[in-house]
Amino acid sequence: MRNFFIIIIIAAFGIMLYPLFDSFSGNEELSELASFYAQKENVEKVNSANLVTAVVVTYRGLDTMGEVTILFLTAAIIAFFLKKQSDVRSLRENTEIFTTAAKLLIPIIIMLGVYIFINGHLSPGGGFQGGAVIASAIILILLAFPNKPFNHKFFGYMESVSGLVFVGLAALGGLIGLGYLDNAILPLGTFGELMSAGAIPVIYSFVGLKVGAELSNILNGFQSVQSDS
Amino acid sequence: MEYVALITGFLVIMAGLWAIMTQKNIIRIIIGFSIFDTGLHIVMVALAYVKGRTAPILDNMVSVEEALNKIVDPVPQALVLTAIVIGLGVTALMLAFAMKMHKEKKTLDVRNFKDLKW
Repeated sequence: MRNFFIIIIIAAFGIMLYPLFDSFSGNEELSELASFYAQKENVEKVNSANLVTAVVVTYRGLDTMGEVTILFLTAAIIAFFLKKQSDVRSLRENTEIFTTAAKLLIPIIIMLGVYIFINGHLSPGGGFQGGAVIASAIILILLAFPNKPFNHKFFGYMESVSGLVFVGLAALGGLIGLGYLDNAILPLGTFGELMSAGAIPVIYSFVGLKVGAELSNILNGFQSVQSDS
Repeated sequence: MEYVALITGFLVIMAGLWAIMTQKNIIRIIIGFSIFDTGLHIVMVALAYVKGRTAPILDNMVSVEEALNKIVDPVPQALVLTAIVIGLGVTALMLAFAMKMHKEKKTLDVRNFKDLKW
């Protein structure tokens, strides 16, 4: 009986999605908004080779700010929920191979993360992706050396400072530039080089640091209540 | 060709819905939510596709002058970037709740949690 209802609900959902599929005919042209972003004079105004980054950091930067706030809220709620219950945790010993490989890999992974968010305006990538890569290095540390104390204070400060710099740079655009989140407060540089696109690489780097710190805090929250017994 | 991604997205959404409704283990339900999310992202990116065009990144192959006729829509891609991060936050919160629930009753079977049942 129960399975019957579930099948009916899924079928109804499928029928609901069918008109969407039926009326989709593939785009031949860019939409009006997208062609505004892709116009030559507007591309040269932002000077970022990756148009998605231009949309995320400049045109729709307020969305990104809200997104970072939501991530911060999640980290805060999880830290509140998963308080460390006891200091005594029974954990298996890690093998020599794992700890040695972790020591070798951690700096390389962090460097890759930094590379990804610094080149966010030139190639696929950016603050959120780079931050996630950095957090994967942190979880490798947490798994390989579970008894090393996790420095909450450092990550807290890193997160707060990065958030403040992000909001500050955005407000600076309002004060001396054309508007809030205007990226032309720094020199725009040559198109397609590392030092181009004004404030975008700086803002995205701080977004990357902030996301990395937040994800590390979340992962540490999960790790601190875990034990092998 | 542009229909393939759309159909895949819809099928993934329905697989996620099936997992949410039939699975008994809370972790599996959370995985169902994640799959549902992924399906939505695939559909959104598929809707942004423009026939025979390339990614919205300008380089030697796509110059600034011809960008208007060579790239796909960047706006839904930026929205999907936002949606992925929000989905990650929601998943992390659900996992924290699951951990709390496991501590309460030492089980993750959703049939044992009857406190809110009516």
